[in-house]
Amino acid sequence: MIGRRSLIATALVLAIAGSALAEDAPLAPTVKIENFTFSPAELTIKPGTTVTWENADDIPHSVVDKGTKFKSKPLDTGDKFSMTFTEPGEVTYFCGFHPHMVGKIIVK
Amino acid sequence: MSHHDDDQGGNGLTRRHALECMIWAGTGVLWTLAGGVPVSRGFLGSAQAAEASGFSFLQISDSHIGFNKPANPHADDTLKAAIGKVKAMPGKPAFMLHTGDITHLSKPEQFDTATQMIGEAGLDVHYVPGEHDLVDEGSGKAYLDRYGKNAKGAGWYSFDQAGVHFVGLVNVVGMKPGGMGSLGAEQLAWLADDLKAQADSTPIVVFAHIPLYALYPEWGWGTDDGDQALTLLKRFGSVTVLNGHIHQLMQKVEGNVSFYTARSTAFPQPAPGTAPSPGPMVVPSEKLRGLLGVRNVLFTPGKALLAVTDSSLEGV
Repeated sequence: MIGRRSLIATALVLAIAGSALAEDAPLAPTVKIENFTFSPAELTIKPGTTVTWENADDIPHSVVDKGTKFKSKPLDTGDKFSMTFTEPGEVTYFCGFHPHMVGKIIVK
Repeated sequence: MSHHDDDQGGNGLTRRHALECMIWAGTGVLWTLAGGVPVSRGFLGSAQAAEASGFSFLQISDSHIGFNKPANPHADDTLKAAIGKVKAMPGKPAFMLHTGDITHLSKPEQFDTATQMIGEAGLDVHYVPGEHDLVDEGSGKAYLDRYGKNAKGAGWYSFDQAGVHFVGLVNVVGMKPGGMGSLGAEQLAWLADDLKAQADSTPIVVFAHIPLYALYPEWGWGTDDGDQALTLLKRFGSVTVLNGHIHQLMQKVEGNVSFYTARSTAFPQPAPGTAPSPGPMVVPSEKLRGLLGVRNVLFTPGKALLAVTDSSLEGV
């Protein structure tokens, strides 16, 4: 009986968490770098959100702010880089190795 | 792949196509381009027996020391094989060019390994950086400390060899978001000044990492302000442009300018547009060395076109 009850409780918690996520943008979104593309290429977040980039390619990439405010180290396969955006506005970034790769973060 | 502009010849397309096919197929065949017409001169052996008054030099590229992914878990072994191939070449080349991406991640130990291995060839080596060589914390300090002693700016320079003017350019600095390779105003001004001293008849060899023309912009394979450099080179009767970056052979002739991209010594990349991305191409291990290689370039006085011979590492 105890097992079933805790299972129901867990399901309830998951349901609540799920609905919260559906209403708001993810609290910790990830931008995947794959096939020389930032995905999603455009991401809208709330101020204070931390964005994580993860490189899934077999070649290094990097995340460089066009406005030169931030720049990741070279991200080899599987490496991650995180950045918290506090100010509303638009940030265009690109890959320092392959500048034709461009992405955008919209903070509002 | 065909990314060629027409030359002046009426039947340029047919000739070009034939040449292109042969280049893709061939290793060890020496092509002399006389007046735009490619003429086979047999196998490697005859190259050294050719004109003793000229000289030859070598090009290697994209050694990516530190790369260990499935496309080639042992990039150091294949560089070693490439240098072995260089040492076994008949005749003594005047020097070797390395057209960038010496290392994979600009780490000191990667530069040290590469320098040591390449040094085994016993040749003077003239380097230009690739984008993988400038990602140290000092944004290129590690490269310039090792290879930039006689260079200007981000690492550009020129030198002369037996009547031929060589220019090493850097097109991997100051790249713009959404753009491709970049030379920048400072380097272009230097190039204009450097070329001023050269007669129209002086053969010019330009070497850089990324192709100077828009070879495949969808993958960033080109240089945004490359046209400005090519405009400065227009008045010369013989211009050869050598680069790496795309890890495969590609050739184009435009007027008096011949462009050649080189193979890597580390891993192949797909032909333009044939894969979802230009990332390292995984091939069966027994096929890998056939897609890697070294290049020999022969200059013969009085001949506008230099003879370019690419040899794969197959069987090395």
